[in-house]
Amino acid sequence: MTQPVNSPAVEPLHAPASLRELFFAFTWLALQGFGGVLPVAQRELVERLRWLTKAQFVEMLAVSQVLPGPNVVNLALMFGDRAFGVRGAFTALAGMLAAPLVVVLAATALYGHFAQLPAVTGALRGMSAVAAGLIISTALKLLATLRTHPMGLPLALGFSAATFIATALLRWPLVWVIAGLGAVSIAVAWQRLRP
Amino acid sequence: MNHGHPDLLGLFTHFLVLSLLAIGGAITTVPDMHRYIVVEQHWLTDAQFSASIAIAQAAPGPNLLFVAVLGWNVAGPWGALVTMTGNLLPSTVLTLWATRWGSQRRETRGVRAFTTGLTPLTLGLLTATGWVLAEPFVAQPAHRWGAVGLIVVTVLAMLRTRLSPLWLVALGAVAGVMGWV
Repeated sequence: MTQPVNSPAVEPLHAPASLRELFFAFTWLALQGFGGVLPVAQRELVERLRWLTKAQFVEMLAVSQVLPGPNVVNLALMFGDRAFGVRGAFTALAGMLAAPLVVVLAATALYGHFAQLPAVTGALRGMSAVAAGLIISTALKLLATLRTHPMGLPLALGFSAATFIATALLRWPLVWVIAGLGAVSIAVAWQRLRP
Repeated sequence: MNHGHPDLLGLFTHFLVLSLLAIGGAITTVPDMHRYIVVEQHWLTDAQFSASIAIAQAAPGPNLLFVAVLGWNVAGPWGALVTMTGNLLPSTVLTLWATRWGSQRRETRGVRAFTTGLTPLTLGLLTATGWVLAEPFVAQPAHRWGAVGLIVVTVLAMLRTRLSPLWLVALGAVAGVMGWV
């Protein structure tokens, strides 16, 4: 499980061979997703299965973030739809939700009995710290894709930093951040993409 | 703490509306769910509401599943069904429609400007999510060094090895049980 890594996430790209493969790929990545599925989705879809390049992943993520609904759910829908149409979309969605739903409802039923044990609260705390680290590492990996961004690295990084400051530090409502910064950023991209 | 019969239709409609407001993920609509379920309808207590979210965060799978746990705690299996369907239906339809519209025009300047323009924001948001999750640990002196250590180990392992995230989560759980975090 621990081969050293040289440069994953480059072509050649593969694609899911069947709806069945799609379903189980999303089940497997969802079941690994403690505290959030996104880092695992990146690792599985980009690095292990190579169904998407890093850049494709970031682009899908960008779109799934502005659309309402949970990002990873939108990502599953978009990926499934691209691979097999509507059937693929619902297969990926079902794959991502079915097994974890059973697990989480079972956990809900059990929680009442174990909530007061220090070992349980300790384990939850350790797992959430790791979850934070997983998200941060995913962000760092994907920020590397800005090197080839049409507006150039410094400007693109500037928009990322401004978004970070507005949402994490100033806690501005997300809708306004996306409407305001997003509009400027899209306008700049429009300029830079001039044919 | 269930006050009488929770109104399944009301629950459904409320989550239906929140679905379309959930830009940036279902977690951003938590304050409004709290207002409706705890403050207005008294279906759950504050503690029950928070526990519902904590369980879903700790269990594997999309964070969205906290919606099912809330529904379950309000009205059992039917509650879970109603909140999940309500929360997924509108956003799913919109996502499918919008991606199809967009992918037919993927190479046009407008769509390219839209997706490449939003990419830096997306990555800023992802970094912000990591920060928001990590911050409570940094703020608590009792847990600071253990948790920060665990976060740093996780980041290094993810960047430099192909270790499955599962091992890191297991490491976090063990560290927590041993009281190091």
